[in-house]
This record gives sequence, structure tokens and C-alpha cells, in this order.
Amino acid sequence: MTINEIQDAIIDDFSVFDDWMDKYNLLIEMGRDLPLIDPGCRTEEYLIEGCQSRVWLCPSFENGKIFFTADSDAIITRGIIALLIRVLSGRSPDEIISADLYFIDRTGLHQNLSPTRSNGLLSMVKQIRLYAIAFGTKQPPGRLNG
Amino acid sequence: MKDISAIRADFPILGRTVYDKDLVYFDNGATTQKPKCVIDAATEVFTLYNSNIHRGVHFLSDMASEEYENARERVRSFINAGSREEVVFTAGATASINAVAFSFGERFVGRGDEILISHLEHHANIVPWQMLCSRKQAVLKVIPVDDNGEIIFEEYLKLLGKKTRLVSVAQVSNALGVILPVDRIISAAHSMNIPVLVDGAQGVQHGVSDVRKMDCDFYVFSGHKIYGPAGIGVLYGKAELLSELPPYQGGGDMVKNVPFEKTSYNDLPFKFEAGTVNFPGAIGLARALEYLLSLGMDNIKQRERDLLEYATQQMLSVKGLKIYGNSPEKISVISFLLKDIHMYDTGMILDKLGIAVRTGTHCAQPVMDRFGIEGTVRASMCFYNTREEIDRLCAGIEKVISMFS
Repeated sequence: MTINEIQDAIIDDFSVFDDWMDKYNLLIEMGRDLPLIDPGCRTEEYLIEGCQSRVWLCPSFENGKIFFTADSDAIITRGIIALLIRVLSGRSPDEIISADLYFIDRTGLHQNLSPTRSNGLLSMVKQIRLYAIAFGTKQPPGRLNG
Repeated sequence: MKDISAIRADFPILGRTVYDKDLVYFDNGATTQKPKCVIDAATEVFTLYNSNIHRGVHFLSDMASEEYENARERVRSFINAGSREEVVFTAGATASINAVAFSFGERFVGRGDEILISHLEHHANIVPWQMLCSRKQAVLKVIPVDDNGEIIFEEYLKLLGKKTRLVSVAQVSNALGVILPVDRIISAAHSMNIPVLVDGAQGVQHGVSDVRKMDCDFYVFSGHKIYGPAGIGVLYGKAELLSELPPYQGGGDMVKNVPFEKTSYNDLPFKFEAGTVNFPGAIGLARALEYLLSLGMDNIKQRERDLLEYATQQMLSVKGLKIYGNSPEKISVISFLLKDIHMYDTGMILDKLGIAVRTGTHCAQPVMDRFGIEGTVRASMCFYNTREEIDRLCAGIEKVISMFS
């Protein structure tokens, strides 16, 4: 599935519910289903600043694609990370950098998370993009010198 | 006292809904809502007599100056300061503490001297002293607290010493709501001729704060936490002490004579009010104080005590809820956590139910470290809140528990 196909699927998942409590229940469920992160990644090095709860985001680069694992001590935050990972993990750096993340607005996640909280969400997106840029410039090697 | 529905009608925002639910506002520790008279004061200033104070020769400037000085008198009588000279308007409690940290520090603090604060302080009563200490190579000492969130008085007495230049403590802990024994703290410090600053940011709005009875040397608070506008605050200082301190900001209105060689400073309190002060804020603050006096500070205290008792009782009956700050001396604040549910998850769900609380460290990280937690959920109530709202909070908490377990 493409990034946009997954985004559309997520928008569908959320559109089923009118009540925000149900949407939160879905987020909580997704947060619980998020695969466990390698304990070695729950360190300062992988901590994202700008979130109300602690969020760790750990990238790995295989065959030109970036894979993310992540964790948070708050379950709703884990749910939000789970969504981001579903959309952006296993993609090439270019795909990540050029992705238009419209699902955040269309699910209402953006407007329903107050500024400090959505800052947390934006911090996560920003960090994912930074990793993409970092891995992207390494591939192919020496591209920066060109 | 007015009945509760009449009081609530004085605060237009309390009638609004959020997410289609009636707003329950339990974040009064962060900022309080404004009665209509305070909202109207801003309109009045800008439609009737807006003009720079203490400067013009014209009608409007005179009128604005008079209203501003009346506001100072209103604050003076509210805290029972000895004279208007002792009441300086600042941008808020934080600005007031920074002013003292600079001016008092310049005059009285040197290498190896000590400043004494408590473990319960808001960052605003920590960081300015750290900055002073690093500037002057002085030392910051901290009074420890026990498991109930009360300062350990014997330890405080031991920390008072020949090198202590100033004690600076909160009247009430913002994170836990615990009231500090400021009278005893002050008399112990005074017995060694050490002045005391009391941070009244969380105290002044909950009862009678009489600076002369308390005998504090400095008292600070913010307008927005006492139903007034944001961006205005008060620094009270004993006149003999304030007159010894150098100003912390230079500019217009704080000077008498400005030749290029050496400026002579204006009298108190103007020496500490450089530039155009927030006079609309001061006038709004005075209106807020008048409003509180019309309700009666003792009535407010009684209502808030009832709310605290009811909320404590109801919330303790929720299984898995732990309250931080269990002193019998508290204002109407409940800082709590639910079993292993993250405070942020709790806050988010309560928000969706229309209930505004604060989550996090409450700008008092050392307090959280003391209890080995990252933060709490804080419900801070005041006289316009109701038992029905507390019931809604408890129902919300039950909902949170059911969603996360």
C-alpha cells in the first residue's frame, strides 16, 4: 500500500465514530498493539523533546528503507505514534520527506489535540523527517559532496 | 454571600461549552476566570480615558494617572501595606521575584552568602535565585519537605545561619496546594535579622493576606491568578528596605534628573516602575479586588474549604486514586494520580469530557522529584466551582479508569 492508501484507510477507521470518546478508544487500542520497543532504545538518545509525555523513536535503515520502532509512557501518545509508524515506517527517505500527511487533519487529530499536545505530534513528525533527511543524504554515499 | 448561580453569572466564560459539554474549569491555579467588572474595566480604560500616566498635562492623562494611583491604593488596602510607596506594579509574580533577586542581590548578596528557599517552590522562586547565586557566587539552600508535602521546620531552623541573606518561600505550594507556615518561618528568620520574601501567587486569592500582620519583608503576586488581567503583578516591600535597593530597570518615570553624568532616581514606588507600566492591567486588578471584597474574603475561604473537603472525600473513594499533598492545611487544590495511568492520558480524556485540569510538573519539578513522580493531574478549584462539578470530575475519573484498565 502507498502512504496515501494507508492514510485513507486510517481516515476511514476514524470516520466510523462520531463521538470523540470512541476515537480515543481506537487510539488506546492502537497504542496497546504497538510492538514493544527494544529496551536499549528507551534512552535519552532517542527521546523526542517537545512532548508532554516521554516519547522514544528509534530508526533503523535497511535496503534503502527506514523502519521505526517507538514507545511512550502515555497510552494515547502510543496510539498516535502507532499511526505515524503505520504510515511512515518501511518507506524510503524520499517518500518520507515528500509525504503530505493529510490524515492528521482529516481524522481531526490535529484540531482535537491542544497546541502543546499537537506540538508533541508535530515534534514526532519533525523527528521522523529529520531521520529521513539524515539517512537520505547517506544514500547514495557522497551525495552531499556532489 | 451571593448565591452560587449569581456568582457564576458574574463570570461570562463559565457559561460556555467545550466539545458540546458544559465547561468545568478546574485550572484556577494556572489562571482564574474574570468577572464581568474586570472585563468591562478594560473597555472603559480604552474608550474613556486611555492616555499615558504621570506624563501629560491634559485631562485624559490626569484621569488615567488618578485611576492608576487609585488602583495602587486598592492593592495597598487589600494587602494592608503601610503606605502606597510600598506597592510596586510589575508584570507579575515572576517579574517581582526577579526584581528582588536583582536589586536585593546587588545590594546585599556577596560571595559565599546563602539564599534559602523551600523544596515546594515554583520555578519562578527557584531560577531567579539560581541566577543570582551564579552571578554573585552565592549558595542556594533548600528546606526539605516530608511525605505530606509539609516543610520540615526543624530542618529549616538548622539551615538559617549567619550567611543567610534572604529566605524566599511560597505562601502556598502551587503543585500540591499545601499552605506553608509563613508566620513561623518569618518570625524565626527575623529573630536572626534575616528578611523574608513571601510568594503569594497561590495564596493571595484564597484568604486574607495582611502583609503587616504577616510581617514579611517582600510579598509578591500576579493579577491573573486573582481574577484580574494577565501581565500585571505586585511587588510589596517594606519602605525602609525598598529605599535601600537599587532599581532593576532604567527608563522613563523612574528618574528625577537625567544629566549624562549621573541620574538621580525618583522616589518610591516610581523608582521601580521604569517605562509605561501596564496601567489598564492595574486598573483591572483593582476591580478584581473590589469584586472579591464585595463577596467577602472570609466567605470565599469558607466556600473553598467546603469544596476541598467534599472533593477530597469524593476522590478518596475512587479506588486507585492517590492524592499528593496531604497536609490538613491546604487550599482547594487536589493533585493526584490514578494507579498506573499516565497523567497525560487522564488529562486528555477529562478534557474531552469538558473538564479542564492541568497535567505535568506544574513548573515545580523539584516537588515531583521529591515524590519520585513525573507529574500529577491537578484540579484547582475556587469559589465559583460547585459540588456538581466535582461529581462530574469524579465520574470523569471513573471513565478514565475504565478506558485504561
